[in-house]
Amino acid sequence: MDDQTPPNPPSPPAPAGAEAAEVAIRLRGITNRFGPQVIHEDLDLDVYRGEILGVVGASGSGKSVLLRTIIGLQQPAAGSVEIFGRDRLTLNADEEHTARRNWGVLFQDGALFSSLTVAQNIQVPLREYFDLSQDLLDQIASYKLAMVGLSPEAGPKYPSELSGGMRKRAGLARALALDPEILLLDEPTAGLDPIGAANFDQLLADLSRALELTVFLVTHDLDTLHTVCDRVAVLAERRVLAVGTLAELLQFDHPWVRDYFRGPRARAAGITIP
Amino acid sequence: MDSPAPNSQQTPWVRVHMGAAALGLEVGGDWTVDTANTLERLLADVRPGTQDRVEADLSAVTAMDTVGAWLLHRTGQRLSASGLSVDATGLSPRYRALLDQVQRNDRTCEVAPPEGNAFVRLLEEIGVGTVNALTTFGQFLSFLGLVMVRFASVPLHPRRLRINALVHQMEMVGLRATPIVALIVFLIGAVVVNQGAIQLRQFGAEVMVVNLLAISVLRELGPMLAAIMVAGRSGSAFTAQIGSMVLREEVDAMRTLGLNPIDVLVLPRMLALGIMLPLLTFLADLLGLLGGMILGWATLGITPAIFMTQLLEAVSLRTLAVGLIKAPFFAVIIATSGCFYGMTVGGSADSVGRNTTAAVVQSIFMVIVLDALFALFFSAIGWS
Ligand SMILES: Nc1ncnc2c1ncn2[C@@H]1O[C@H](COP(=O)(O)OP(=O)(O)OP(=O)(O)O)[C@@H](O)[C@H]1O
Ligand SMILES: [Mg+2]
Repeated sequence: MDDQTPPNPPSPPAPAGAEAAEVAIRLRGITNRFGPQVIHEDLDLDVYRGEILGVVGASGSGKSVLLRTIIGLQQPAAGSVEIFGRDRLTLNADEEHTARRNWGVLFQDGALFSSLTVAQNIQVPLREYFDLSQDLLDQIASYKLAMVGLSPEAGPKYPSELSGGMRKRAGLARALALDPEILLLDEPTAGLDPIGAANFDQLLADLSRALELTVFLVTHDLDTLHTVCDRVAVLAERRVLAVGTLAELLQFDHPWVRDYFRGPRARAAGITIP
Repeated sequence: MDSPAPNSQQTPWVRVHMGAAALGLEVGGDWTVDTANTLERLLADVRPGTQDRVEADLSAVTAMDTVGAWLLHRTGQRLSASGLSVDATGLSPRYRALLDQVQRNDRTCEVAPPEGNAFVRLLEEIGVGTVNALTTFGQFLSFLGLVMVRFASVPLHPRRLRINALVHQMEMVGLRATPIVALIVFLIGAVVVNQGAIQLRQFGAEVMVVNLLAISVLRELGPMLAAIMVAGRSGSAFTAQIGSMVLREEVDAMRTLGLNPIDVLVLPRMLALGIMLPLLTFLADLLGLLGGMILGWATLGITPAIFMTQLLEAVSLRTLAVGLIKAPFFAVIIATSGCFYGMTVGGSADSVGRNTTAAVVQSIFMVIVLDALFALFFSAIGWS
């Protein structure tokens, strides 16, 4: 361990709101390896119910791998993942299926089904879990599309006919299709124009307030961190280096964290050292 | 109002009071996607009479998500469209934001491209199918021409030939196909002897089964079986590999970087097949004869010595050559089809599947047609 790391990162405060902080996602002792390359080592992280946790870290620091670990697409070499107090590994197939109804996932590259139109992509989870009328399904797809800022023309198009940013939004609309309790988003604003990104921030704020969403938000977007995230976790040196509110992280003394939050771009985003 | 614990669902309800001037609407329970079916039914029953006003009390709503908000919004829209003024109260501010979100985003979009009339569509499909078949054929020929031109220029620009890729492909399409090709022709050779002997025994000419075996394996079965196996194994692999590269824009990236996809992807595959298919055919010839010989020895008492004498009488080097000459032509057909259909993949993962099928079907079909043409040709020049 190097000296500059204080033994105790800023202690995670309860999220905004009076209720006792219930942990939605609890990661303990997570170790991930690809061959000889160790990505995470003994990583601990709590995501509280109803909070928006921003996750930052250098490119290649293992943010996407961590997200995949939470969803269960990546089996950790060691450690446990608990969702609402239940160890994910102990769920049987049926429980797993039910649990997934409460998750929405946006992959870094959209991962839309290429043989379905955008609107049909959004309807996939709705059809899988509910028996809704076709009318309602079509209306849901329509307003979800509009919510993420896609024009109605995008609905009947196939993913191969969309631009990169449009694919991202369509992926987001699919992740939101079931109004899930837990939302795992991998760089949702990457590839969006600033207006679209601001609309996304607003949407996320509205939804999380109304639905008490728990959001695990991987992002490099300092504006998003600044405007919507309740807490921010910094992933570096194979673990969660620090987690806390933006104000707390600004006080955190680590070269990478300092460069990240006090660079010219951070200033441009209105993040100032108090 | 506290948020309900997860999994404790409240059944939604809708109460209607038919007042004289106002339609009273009282709703409650969970308004979420889980209860959307019930809600849709309940709300469809809300029909105004002679009133000109709706007074909705939403204070008993215990949970709401965007689907619930949408149903609320939709009902409001329907009632105001039939001329009523809608006045809703009591919704908690949390859900109000949700309702606003949904309201702001009330738009209709098509879910799938328009389909149109079934009969017109049938006609359209026939027409489009015909045109596509013709243009595909034209594109196939021009692709073949392009590949030939690049191939012919290799001696002038030896660097266009990727030796590493060539060797790798030779291993994949040739070396790794040997076990399955060997096994299949071995069994077929045995079957030919077994069946042939039953017929020839009637004439007391059992030993002639060697002639039957030698001619059929060397001229037809060896080359055809090797080509068909390779078309199924490697033709499909070519289409799937190149097709998924096209989908992930790797081929576009190659072009931008100044690499010619024909050089990088097609030539090594075609050349590898051109080298390996004749070798596989030769292997198939040997194994077919071996299979026949072993079965003849075991069941008919034709010893290897008798077999060899009879074999040398029945066939000449020309018989072997007639079979082997065809192999490079088959190789070109299989490699061109596989690569061509890979390059024309576009759009979705479906099209990889469709094109792979097309590549295999087309190359097997063309192999058989070409084989028939060769048979006509060889008998015309007296090599029968
Ligand atoms: N399937 C895999 N096999 C081998 N190594 C992998 C695999 N997936 C990820 N890695 C490695 O794990 C590390 C972390 O990758 P990850 O995708 O999580 O980065 P990231 O933090 O999401 O970066 P970015 O911000 O660029 O998206 C990288 O070094 C990557 O090379
Ligand atoms: Mg990533």
